[in-house]
Amino acid sequence: MQNSVAMFDLFSSIPFAPLAELEVGQHFYWHIGNFKVHGQVFLASWVVLGLLIVTCILATRNIQRVPSGLQNFMEYALEFIRDLTKTQVGEKEYRAWVPLIGTLFLFIFMSNWGGALIPWKLVELPSGELAAPTNDINTTVALALITSVAYFYAGLSRKGLGYFADYAQPTPIMVPFKIIEDFTKPLSLSFRLFGNILADELVVAVLVFLVPLFVPIPLMILGLFTSAIQALIFATLAASYIGEAMEDHHGEHHD
Amino acid sequence: MDPTIAAASVLAAALAVGLGAIGPGIGQGNAAGQAVEGIARQPEAEGKIRGTLLLSLAFMEALTIYGLVVALVLLFANPFAS
Repeated sequence: MQNSVAMFDLFSSIPFAPLAELEVGQHFYWHIGNFKVHGQVFLASWVVLGLLIVTCILATRNIQRVPSGLQNFMEYALEFIRDLTKTQVGEKEYRAWVPLIGTLFLFIFMSNWGGALIPWKLVELPSGELAAPTNDINTTVALALITSVAYFYAGLSRKGLGYFADYAQPTPIMVPFKIIEDFTKPLSLSFRLFGNILADELVVAVLVFLVPLFVPIPLMILGLFTSAIQALIFATLAASYIGEAMEDHHGEHHD
Repeated sequence: MDPTIAAASVLAAALAVGLGAIGPGIGQGNAAGQAVEGIARQPEAEGKIRGTLLLSLAFMEALTIYGLVVALVLLFANPFAS
C-alpha cells in the first residue's frame, strides 16, 4: 500500500483542490466479532435504503385512484420495472420476480446516483470517505451472489434436478462451459458495476484535481448517465439469467 | 516496495487499460455505425435502436472496465507489494 499512500499525498497536498482527495483502498473499519467491515459502505447504504423506504412510504401513504405527484412517479417506476422483468423473464412467471429485480434496480440506481448527488464530503470520517455503496467490491459481489442464488433457485424450483440436465442440452460438450459460466456470471456482474462506478468517481476526481471549476460538469453528467445505465444493465441481466434458468428446452419452441 | 515490482505494476496497469480499450473501441464503433445505418434506413425505429445500442455499448464498455479494474488493483491494492 506504500505507493497508494504516496498518491493520496500527491492529491491532498495541493491546497487549492481540497475536493479532489482520492481515497481508493482506504476504509473506515468497524470490528464486528472477528470481522473487519467497511463502515463507510454501511453508512452510505443505510442512507440509500432510508431514502428508498421514506419515498415508498410517502408515495403509498395516501393512495388515490387517480394518481398524482409522487404516487404517479412511483407507479411509473413500478411499471418500468415490471416491463423490464416481463421482457426478460417471460409473460407467465415474471410476476414473482418483480420484487427482486425491482429491489436490485432501485438499490443500485439510488446508490449510484446518491454517490454522485449527495454531498458526502461534508461528513468527515476518521478514515476513508463516504461514497456510493456500489463503488466497494463487496457490495457488488453481494448483489451478484444474490443474483446467482436467485437464478439457481428459479431453475431448481422449476425443473428440480433436471435443471442440471439442461447443462448438456445442445451437446454434452457444453457442460464444462456452462459450469464455468456459473462462475463468470457473478464475476462479470460484480466487476462491471464496481468498475464503472469507481471509474466514474475516479474520472471526476482526477478532473476536479486538474481543473476544479466547471470542466468536470459534463463528465459528471455522463457519469450520472452511465450509472443509470449500469443499474438498468444489472437488473436486465439478473432478470435474463433468471429467465434463462426457467426456460423450457424440452417443450415446443416459442418466442 | 521493490522498485522493479512498482515499475512493472505501473507498466502493467497502463497496458491493461490501453490494450483493453482497443477491442471495445472497434466494437463500439461498429455498433454505432450499424445503428446509424439502421436509423437512416428506418427512421421510425430510432427509439428502439437507440435503446438497444446504449445497452450493448455499455456491455462493450464493461470489457475495458475489466482492464481498468485490474489496473486499479495493481495501482492501489497491489498484491505483490508486501
